[in-house]
Amino acid sequence: MPSRWRVALLSVEGLVKHFPLGGARAWLDRLGGQAPRSVRAVDGVSFAVAPGETLGLVGESGCGKSTVARSILRLVEPTAGRVTFGDVNLTTLSAEPLRRQRRDLQMVFQDPTASLNPRLSVGRTVEEPLRRHTTLGTGERRARVAEVLAQVGLGPELAGRYSHELSGGQRQRVNFARAIATRPRFVVLDEPTSALDVSLRARAILLLDELRATLGMTYLFISHDLASVKYLAHRVAVMYLGTIVEEASTAELFARPLHPYTRALLSAVPVPDPDVRRARIVLAGEVPSPIDIPGGCRLRGRCPLAQPVCAEPVTLREVAPAHRVACHLV
Amino acid sequence: MSELLEVHDLTVHFATEDGLVEAVDNVSFSVRPGEILGVVGESGSGKSVTAHALLRLIRPPGRIVRGEIRFEGADLLALPEARMGAVRGARIALVFQSPRTALNPVLTVGRQIARLYELHQHVAPAEAWRRTIEMLTLVGIAEPERRARQYAHQLSGGMCQRVMIAMAIASSPRLLIADEPTTGLDVSIAAQILDLLRALGRRTGASIVLITHDLGVVAEACDRVAVMHAGQLVEIADVHTLFKRPLHPYTQALVRSIPRIDREVAMEPIPGAVPSLLAPAPGCRYADRCARVLEVCRRERPVLRAAGASHEVACHAVEVESGTAVR
Repeated sequence: MPSRWRVALLSVEGLVKHFPLGGARAWLDRLGGQAPRSVRAVDGVSFAVAPGETLGLVGESGCGKSTVARSILRLVEPTAGRVTFGDVNLTTLSAEPLRRQRRDLQMVFQDPTASLNPRLSVGRTVEEPLRRHTTLGTGERRARVAEVLAQVGLGPELAGRYSHELSGGQRQRVNFARAIATRPRFVVLDEPTSALDVSLRARAILLLDELRATLGMTYLFISHDLASVKYLAHRVAVMYLGTIVEEASTAELFARPLHPYTRALLSAVPVPDPDVRRARIVLAGEVPSPIDIPGGCRLRGRCPLAQPVCAEPVTLREVAPAHRVACHLV
Repeated sequence: MSELLEVHDLTVHFATEDGLVEAVDNVSFSVRPGEILGVVGESGSGKSVTAHALLRLIRPPGRIVRGEIRFEGADLLALPEARMGAVRGARIALVFQSPRTALNPVLTVGRQIARLYELHQHVAPAEAWRRTIEMLTLVGIAEPERRARQYAHQLSGGMCQRVMIAMAIASSPRLLIADEPTTGLDVSIAAQILDLLRALGRRTGASIVLITHDLGVVAEACDRVAVMHAGQLVEIADVHTLFKRPLHPYTQALVRSIPRIDREVAMEPIPGAVPSLLAPAPGCRYADRCARVLEVCRRERPVLRAAGASHEVACHAVEVESGTAVR
């Protein structure tokens, strides 16, 4: 095991999450004499996050990045694999000890509106995790709520307001406040900036980074927005169809992307400079169904560089210091 | 070159319980034949309302209060509704932001397109179907025969957007209004949709008004750009000038506020928030967020003035600094 894994705050090893197909399709499979197939949303993912670090997990819709997040917090039960937080194996914890871990392990969801209870005031929303996960008294809880609201840049007068009275940017700040109220060591951010407008996005990124630095937190930052990832993450892992295809430091990944998928993804991001014309690396077609995943390299049906060898299984291997790639041709 | 579309002093208000929301305030711009004009701004800048006003799709409590929209020789705001119906969809077409919800869920996508040919161009069903397949091929849908027989929910988001574009161009419009056509799509799919729009513009000679909040999309796809803030058009320029020499403080702030992957620059959020459009104060609506605000800015609405070839800006500070102030 690489040495950096030993100091990891959170490590994920061989994570698998398959959603069995139900209904008519499972019935048809059985009728055809096969076992019912599954949606192989996450199909063997390993990574580690060091204390104080932000790991960016990027990929397009359906690549399994949100399922990784949910599996870590066991909002869905992993099919296989192990998630270790500190020295606790989260995957085998029963309900009560798992609940106790949630004080240290929080999540910010993508939709800032849908993830807030419309019938709770802002103050009550932020207080809720303190009631559930701490032994603080009423006065202490109230003080913590005021402190946390200030940390995310919300005035104390907002504590009595309800979700519908807030702007989109304020709602997302309430979500941040709720996530950090119990002083967690680790926060999973699932597309926290995707629903935000341009100017709010910049502020949210800067705020999240400042909170991490001042409160000593560690982030798993899940996003399809590569520019946001570049500003917030120290390291980036790129997912495609349920597996990680490349992992490197942020500077290295953006300067020297090696996997054809990463290169295609980066070349597709529109650059706000009309004088820059980059060669776009175009992948053929669309992402295949995670039910019928091709053998060998999962990208080979779309990859412009594909060779016969790509039909062989491919594993993530270190090609430069701390730069891992899963490609036969690199 | 004569303009395809000329908009003068377009003003749109919404009557709400709390009062009058002045969503679009005296906006003037033109669209040249064959060009792609980007309209960019934050949420609440009035860019979508402007687009819908061009098609007279503003519904009560919204109302076009004044202005003129000249298109192919006619003032669209003066046309009887029956004649406007002939312009809408046929001469000016709209591509919506969320293609899946804009498509009819109970008709196959092919049927929806074929129906347009039957209704608007009075062609026989077999011919309409032939043209539908041709159109789906043109917008880059693989296996068009099979896809035409499917429903919106069976297609990916990118494919739904291609179908929307096929519907929009079915009647060979001269102007295509695309309202955030790539928002919500994955980057690689979004890039394909932008390529498609550009190629279609070149091939058909149609002009495109591309509404977006993404400056990257603007830089990649547009010939000229109009920047809107809080219902006012603050700057309009060709795309190279706008990025190289933006003059309006808002445009400058907008460019500095975006995270970018192409260079190492600090990201500075735009100060303040988009002001309320409920009975806004007279003058420039950027005044409260602006570092270069002058006393006149809060009193008088700045008007668009030429600031160079193919470059207009509405800013008192720029006028004063460049010595072109008229007062």
